[in-house]
Amino acid sequence: MLDHAIPEDLVTVEGLTMHFPIHAGVFRRRVGAVRAVDGVSFSIARGETLGLVGESGCGKSTVGRALLRLCEPTAGRVVIDGEDVTTLDAARLRAKRPAMQMVFQDPQASLNPRMTLKQIIAEPLNVHTGWDTDRKLARVRELMEAVGLDRRFVNRFPHEFSGGQRQRVGIARALALNPKFVVCDEPIAALDVSIQAQIVNLLEDLQERSGLTYLFISHDLSMVRHIADRVAVMYLGRIAELSPREALFARPLHPYAEALLSAVPRADPSRAAGRRRIVLKGDVPSAARMPPGCNFSTRCPRAFDRCRTEIPRLAEVEPGRQVACHLFDPTKPAAG
Amino acid sequence: MLTYALRRLLLAIPTLLLISLIIFLMVDLAPGSPMSEIPRSIPPEARQKMIEALGADQPVLVRYLLWLRQFFLIEPAYLIDGWFGTSLGGGAQRILSWQSRAPVFDVIGQRLGQTMTVIGAGYVIAVLIAVPIGVYSAYRHYSWFDQVGTFIAMIGYSVPTFFTGVLLIVIFAVNLGWFPSYYDTSLTVTDFATFKRQVWQMALPVTVLALFHAAEISRYTRSSMLDNLGQDYVRTARAKGLLEPQVVLKHALRNSLIPVVTVLALGMPSIFGGSIIVEQVFKVNGIGAALIGAIVANDLPMVQTLTFIFAVLIVVFNLVADLLYGMLDPRIRYE
Repeated sequence: MLDHAIPEDLVTVEGLTMHFPIHAGVFRRRVGAVRAVDGVSFSIARGETLGLVGESGCGKSTVGRALLRLCEPTAGRVVIDGEDVTTLDAARLRAKRPAMQMVFQDPQASLNPRMTLKQIIAEPLNVHTGWDTDRKLARVRELMEAVGLDRRFVNRFPHEFSGGQRQRVGIARALALNPKFVVCDEPIAALDVSIQAQIVNLLEDLQERSGLTYLFISHDLSMVRHIADRVAVMYLGRIAELSPREALFARPLHPYAEALLSAVPRADPSRAAGRRRIVLKGDVPSAARMPPGCNFSTRCPRAFDRCRTEIPRLAEVEPGRQVACHLFDPTKPAAG
Repeated sequence: MLTYALRRLLLAIPTLLLISLIIFLMVDLAPGSPMSEIPRSIPPEARQKMIEALGADQPVLVRYLLWLRQFFLIEPAYLIDGWFGTSLGGGAQRILSWQSRAPVFDVIGQRLGQTMTVIGAGYVIAVLIAVPIGVYSAYRHYSWFDQVGTFIAMIGYSVPTFFTGVLLIVIFAVNLGWFPSYYDTSLTVTDFATFKRQVWQMALPVTVLALFHAAEISRYTRSSMLDNLGQDYVRTARAKGLLEPQVVLKHALRNSLIPVVTVLALGMPSIFGGSIIVEQVFKVNGIGAALIGAIVANDLPMVQTLTFIFAVLIVVFNLVADLLYGMLDPRIRYE
């Protein structure tokens, strides 16, 4: 699948942290922070799709936005194609934008309602290329065809389209400048099931044709299983497990990943009857008041003393599989 | 759009007829009559003749229908006569003020200029300062600029104009002596010196009005901008790599102005109607002052006509606001 013998990483993330300050009281003093993303590290090889899964509010979308510096990360490094995005000044960041793009979750809200399709798709071209009108129009038509939209629609407004068509517009817009890296922030969450498959297939076709690298953020595990090469499972701002797709779905290592994957419905009733459903007790703790130690220790069925005091680090426990859990810590055997 | 506008105009006819009837009856049935203005020394026969000459002895329904005919047929005819030199009016009876015996519309014509100059300038200046303030407050919300803006807007909106007006007169006209304390209606601008005097005498009333309207408009702009800046399409615009001014002015502001423009259109009738209080405080001899004068003098035709014109303007500008909405927002289509 990869062109290179040794996969070269296009995206490298180290210790990405995003804290949102909480102000309270009469003088609006800073009393704490919501730790939306708390020291996330991973890398994505060229042409690879990394799935990022987790429940609502675990910081998936924030990771996606911080990667493209649509919000300013508190700490950490994000190297995209050899350049640290977090330290670029405004002008150089803008120059970098064509290489990294995003497909947003809500195709209705992410398109300016007062602009026609032509204006929406051509706007990045206005900013980053010096092309004349004809060339830009030709590119817009080419992109619309690439995402499966009728080229006669160029002068229509976003509200005149269905959800699936709008998401195609969003994809065409993201692809206008031939990006290398595309963050897909729950691109199918707002769509009908029948349309979801079309959009995912479209994303796969486009990846094959233009060698795109995706970060595919989703809470839909079966879709991630379909599209991703490797999957990172996030819980409360940290990565719990990062494994190749097949290995993760066959045998999840982290207790949270195990519980999460046990929730995937099976189409085959005979297998569905036999599956073991792990139901976690309690609620996700607030990201403003993280438990000490492992953030999953409050709900983990297999937690022991060390989990409540020491934060487990993401470490490679099997070839290609990284897990952040004391159960798999080679230095100390699990104490049950 | 055209058919929608025509349909709305047709629907406005029964609305306006009902409004006119209510206004006419309310003004007519209110206590106080022109008869009480006639001195007691005048003999009863002469008194009777005066009332008959005014037409005030007719039943209220007859007077209403006559007034309708005058308002909708005769006055427009005279208006066209005035423009094109025709003689459609044919000497028919116009709506006369009981106070001055002059046609009501002539009085309105004389007063309108003053009102439009002072109140209109106040409104325009309010928009010019309010929109940038609103945009910047939203862009840097909860910054000190926004906090100060919020505070001033709260003052501007909650302190009544009769108070700020008098306050400004005390400070700038009485104590400092920079501006005249009242507006001289008889001043005509012929050269630079009179133009300067005109600007000087407009300064205080325009400031009072601008402060009041700017407070309101800047709040609308701010909240609308805040709404839009949080939208996903603004994030999309940033992801496209646009310059920040383009993101704010081209994407967010254009969408934010849709509700603001509607509010502005709905505020238009008040420019014509004038601000009764500000005109009173600064002695601007405009429409608002004319209305107050007519109410004091029990000049029923004047009050009825002016009030009805306000009603017409409100209905018309409601329609204008709706049509503007349809033009600015492609999601809204009228048919």
